Amino acid sequence: MPTIRFEGNDYFCAEDETLLDSLERHGVMLPSSCKSGACQTCLTRALEGVPPVAAQKGVKDTLAAQGYFLACMCKPVEDMEIGLASVSPKYATQVLAKDQLNESVVRLRLELPTDFSYRAGQFINVIRASDDLTRSYSLASIPGDDFLELHVKRVPEGRMSTWLFDEVAVGDALNYFGPSGDSFYLADKPERPLLLAGAGTGLAPLYGILRDALACGHSGPVHIFHASLATAGLYLMDELRALADGHDNVHYTPCVLHGEAPAGGMQGNIVDIPAKELGSLRGYGVYLCGDPPIVNALRQKIFMAGASMKDIHSDPFVFAPA
Amino acid sequence: MSTVYEQLGGEPAIDAAVDNFYRRVLNDPYVTPFFENTDMERQAAKQKAFLTMVTGGPNKYTGMDMREGHKHLVKMGLDDTHFDHIVCHLRSTLADLSVPAELIKTVIGVAESTRADVLNR
Repeated sequence: MPTIRFEGNDYFCAEDETLLDSLERHGVMLPSSCKSGACQTCLTRALEGVPPVAAQKGVKDTLAAQGYFLACMCKPVEDMEIGLASVSPKYATQVLAKDQLNESVVRLRLELPTDFSYRAGQFINVIRASDDLTRSYSLASIPGDDFLELHVKRVPEGRMSTWLFDEVAVGDALNYFGPSGDSFYLADKPERPLLLAGAGTGLAPLYGILRDALACGHSGPVHIFHASLATAGLYLMDELRALADGHDNVHYTPCVLHGEAPAGGMQGNIVDIPAKELGSLRGYGVYLCGDPPIVNALRQKIFMAGASMKDIHSDPFVFAPA
Repeated sequence: MSTVYEQLGGEPAIDAAVDNFYRRVLNDPYVTPFFENTDMERQAAKQKAFLTMVTGGPNKYTGMDMREGHKHLVKMGLDDTHFDHIVCHLRSTLADLSVPAELIKTVIGVAESTRADVLNR
């Protein structure tokens, strides 16, 4: 009889009983609705133990890779510890390098703690020690790098970003917890075409995902579109051009809403550009990042252009009020 | 007698149907106001549950769920004409997937049976 540990308590699961029913029998009600593996309301995460294959059927691949499963379809075969949300330890690090990438974006490189593991494209939550102010920043580095990289956009009145931008210096200590996020590359379909699109510092996780895909030997075409209001807001253009020059399958398109586009780029609304340029997006793996209105509009356009909903991974930024 | 769900090929077929169906719905300006401000991924999951149910696949949906889930939309003006549009998109999706006419009739019959609950009557 497998034991299920949840929030510090142990529950015994009877033979042929689902985890959802078992907890309910013990008076623990997880959110649920259809109880047949369709609605995914009871999505739960295995912190210890492996969920049966049947319990991950239909779960988005990047979530399944992190141990998420459906409690209503899970007949445990071994002891498990489950949680509704991920709990992550706090890490201490320090700033190794700080470089301005354009007038409003700075790149921070942090020391990589030895016991920290993540997937390119995930984000961490940076904590300011003096007042515990916490903000999320995407990782632009890949696990093979010996540092963590963040792209910080200076938000007017933004307490964390102005502090990181104006005050934090090389050698300063910095704490964070994480990683979080389910927008990352999976190496199971190396030949599928990929579309990466984002605006502003939405480039950070996309840059990580692009380099991760190449490091994993991705052979299908990879199209990366990076947008800004005007050319001055783009960054890492040389690095992205170098990746495109060095790999036949990588295509980089800088996009600007106003003014003249840089060489090889396009002028127009990023929301429309990928579907217009690539035509049918059927079969594409898609990664989107940036402000929520842009990400949501892109998701809809890209879905309408033929990409399957389950293949669209997105990471909309949410700006906390200053 | 196997269900339409099984005859279609089970879950993978429903996944394909969801994308097809949802694209039709989003392309129909008569019903899109009811889908504004919804999380597309959650919406797709709900549509999968709906298509699973109307094809006789595994589900435990009740009339109560249908009522609760559509209450706010009825307040926004959801009525028979919108329901008719959705049924039409469902029929087109099934036809697109080469589902035989008599099976389509069965599925539409199940969808029709939810009309009163969906419209909170």
